[in-house]
Amino acid sequence: MEPLERYRPIIDDFDAFLEACERPLGNAARVNTIKASVERTLEALEEEGLAYEQADWNPRVLRLETGSPGSTWTSFHGFTHGQEEVSAVPPVVLDPRPGERVWDSCAAPGGKATQIAALMGDEGTVVANDNNLGRISALRFNAERLGATSLAVTNADARNYSLNRFDFDEFDRALVDAPCTCEGTIRKNPDALDNWSEGAIASVSGVQKGILRRAIQATREGGTVVYSTCTFAPEENEAVVQHVLEEEDCRVVDFDLDLEHSPGLTEWDGDEYDASLERAARIYPHQNDTGGFFVAKLEVTA
Amino acid sequence: MSENDGQRFDRLPATPAERIVEGRVSREEVVDYFEDRFGIPPETFADYTFWEKGAGKIWIYAGEAPTPLEIEAIGMTCLRTRQEHWKPTTDFVQRFGGRATDCVIELDSEEARAFATGEDQEIERWDGDWGYLIGAHEIAGDLEPIGIGLYVHGELRSMVPKGRQREL
Repeated sequence: MEPLERYRPIIDDFDAFLEACERPLGNAARVNTIKASVERTLEALEEEGLAYEQADWNPRVLRLETGSPGSTWTSFHGFTHGQEEVSAVPPVVLDPRPGERVWDSCAAPGGKATQIAALMGDEGTVVANDNNLGRISALRFNAERLGATSLAVTNADARNYSLNRFDFDEFDRALVDAPCTCEGTIRKNPDALDNWSEGAIASVSGVQKGILRRAIQATREGGTVVYSTCTFAPEENEAVVQHVLEEEDCRVVDFDLDLEHSPGLTEWDGDEYDASLERAARIYPHQNDTGGFFVAKLEVTA
Repeated sequence: MSENDGQRFDRLPATPAERIVEGRVSREEVVDYFEDRFGIPPETFADYTFWEKGAGKIWIYAGEAPTPLEIEAIGMTCLRTRQEHWKPTTDFVQRFGGRATDCVIELDSEEARAFATGEDQEIERWDGDWGYLIGAHEIAGDLEPIGIGLYVHGELRSMVPKGRQREL
């Protein structure tokens, strides 16, 4: 937990934060409405004798009391998909509509891409991209199991992504759920901080900036881009958004989130960020007993 | 007639008369097959396109794409053609098989579990056509398709692919 000490000045009730980071995380699942309604899924879980709790902020997110959430009929049928509670936040903030063209730039293994497809009623085009061919097979497996027919899967570096392969030349929305140092996943993966270094943060933040810039460029004027990570480092969060505010035509916008969270930072380590970064959300493990996440919503401007 | 290029997605021709690639099935034949064999209404597929990538591997897709298209995947694989008996995929059957009225075999809970683990089982009560059937069971008040099985000589062979099999 040593690397997390650097966040002591910015996190309220830091001791509760550290304690939460040391507790393992329970199983969560998302109801996949492409395959079944929330009501039918809950009925199926009850038939199987599986206890669940519905998240207050999102009735499609369930906390499951089982040791093997993959070995259930609801999972086999694709009614549910194992997904961390906070991982379900970015697609909800993205708020895609049926019939739209949406880009998920770093999509594997597909939890968020299939959630986007479900939010669109599986109508429209969700381009699920990932640069890692090995992870693409997991993405394809999940997409087919969950019955998402509106997904197109591509394998490319998101930083210089070309739309030439399609008939359209811009997206309505884009999600950049960026590769990151994953500090916020410590409760699920106790090894998450083993290779932590400030150098790793600096190197990954360059990639994050490149992907987010490309997402802004590939989205139409008035369109929405959501940037998210599962890490706390301001260098990977606010500083990345600050960079695209300076380099691309976009602004940070507000969103509602019925989950306890803290505002984005406007300064860190001697750097100042735009005041609008307060509109971003920092979700800490002790606030809702979840993993950690950062989410910012951007609107593409002229 | 040109040859099938297994590296890319090509949209199926609307009818056999519009076929330009040797051995490629048409959209009409695919939709007719799902109706003739399983009773799935053709209008189910009104908003979908069908594609071939790989020899006889047919994909169903709801999004936009030009043809031909060289990417990793679109929608889901739904059917194997270019063989004597066409074979639907388990994922397709789970997604669209709920609309089927024919060649659906209802399994009790023990049979359903065996089917999902990939086991073959003797089932004597089926008096319909032999060949590919949709295995289904009741869950939360409705019949729900589990996957595809091959029924011959009184035996239902589970075709649920290895990676999709589960001990339930």
